[in-house]
Amino acid sequence: MATLTTEGAAHGADVSHEASGMPQLAIETFPSQIFWLLVALVAIYFLLSRVALPRIGATIEERQDAISNDIERAADYRRQAEAAEAAYDQALADARAEAGRIADKTRADIQGEIDAAMAKADEQISAQTAESETRIAAIRDEATVAVQSVAKDTAQALVAALTPDLADDAAIDAAVEARTNA
Amino acid sequence: MATPTDGELFAIHPMDQFAVESLSGHGGPAGLAGIGMFTNQMLWLAITVLAIAALFVLGSRGRAMVPSRIQSVGELMYGFIYKMVEDVAGRDAIRFFPCIMTLFTFILFANLLALIPTSFSITSHIAVTGVLAMLVFLGVTVLGFILNGAKFLKLFWADEAPLALRPVLAVIELISYFVRPVSHSIRLGANLMAGHAVLKVFAGFAGGLAVLTYGPGAIVPIVAISAMYGLELLVAVVQAYVFTILTCVYLKDALHPGH
Repeated sequence: MATLTTEGAAHGADVSHEASGMPQLAIETFPSQIFWLLVALVAIYFLLSRVALPRIGATIEERQDAISNDIERAADYRRQAEAAEAAYDQALADARAEAGRIADKTRADIQGEIDAAMAKADEQISAQTAESETRIAAIRDEATVAVQSVAKDTAQALVAALTPDLADDAAIDAAVEARTNA
Repeated sequence: MATPTDGELFAIHPMDQFAVESLSGHGGPAGLAGIGMFTNQMLWLAITVLAIAALFVLGSRGRAMVPSRIQSVGELMYGFIYKMVEDVAGRDAIRFFPCIMTLFTFILFANLLALIPTSFSITSHIAVTGVLAMLVFLGVTVLGFILNGAKFLKLFWADEAPLALRPVLAVIELISYFVRPVSHSIRLGANLMAGHAVLKVFAGFAGGLAVLTYGPGAIVPIVAISAMYGLELLVAVVQAYVFTILTCVYLKDALHPGH
């Protein structure tokens, strides 16, 4: 306490503060403190509520909007990309189907041509076969006729040589014909 | 100078730093007539206002989509207090956001600026914290009665308690309600005052020990000052936060008096 008073005396005007020990309790300074505190608070309030806070709030909101806009735009692009992919897939499937159809058609055409050619060939073959058969039949008929005449002659000669009285050409011919035709 | 005695070496006056004095010489403002005197408190009030303006007005001037550093500090504080008001006091308390923001920024900046060596600690003065607490107390009480009328008194009437206990609880609630501004102001003022006084005491030790030991003896108090300074930074921020969140709690009581 001794040092306090010496120091206090040295400071002179501070004696009142020193006496109370705490400048916080120096009631005579309160009006000044409170008045200027209120002035400062009002100044801060107006600075913040009129200028700073609306501006900061607007900036933050703008940023949020911009971010959500960007996200929305990104989603849009994504949807577009998905649509494009779907269209591409569709086009690919269409092309595949078209290609398959063309292949089938071509195959069918070729098959038709082959069938036609086969039919024509068959026709020619059957025509040739028929012609050959008629010719064979004609040759066989000629041969048969020749065989019959030879057989008749041979039989008449044999009968005339063996039994001249019984020679009956008509009967021999009928008998030869009956045998050879059998 | 003659060899100082121990008494003179350790003549530490930790409370001198809090004296409200005229800047143009010794002596403090006395009564209403002292309002015109330019004091150290006024100087630091002005610096506080300018610092807040620099951070929030100049800092947000760019309105940049990608914020500058200062702008982003301002926006962080804005978002922090905005969310606090919304979470603690409810959505309809947002209209009082500028008031809460004023309180928070003022206390935070005053607390932090007071940590500059040789500066003046505005918020260590009970006259200042008392006015802040009374503004909150009166504002919240008047608001409570304006918004809710007599229903505001339900704040003191615990419906869920047994009937016989309710009058007793009402008295306790009433007392605790009126103690609010006292604890609200003294918590802030005393924390700041104690911290700065302790720093000053250690600083006094550092000076005295430096003279006594021709230097090295000051190391211990200087380390202690550094540690205390870190703690005081924390206290400065935490006390601003506590004052603000309590204000939000009181505001919630005024807006929604039911328990």
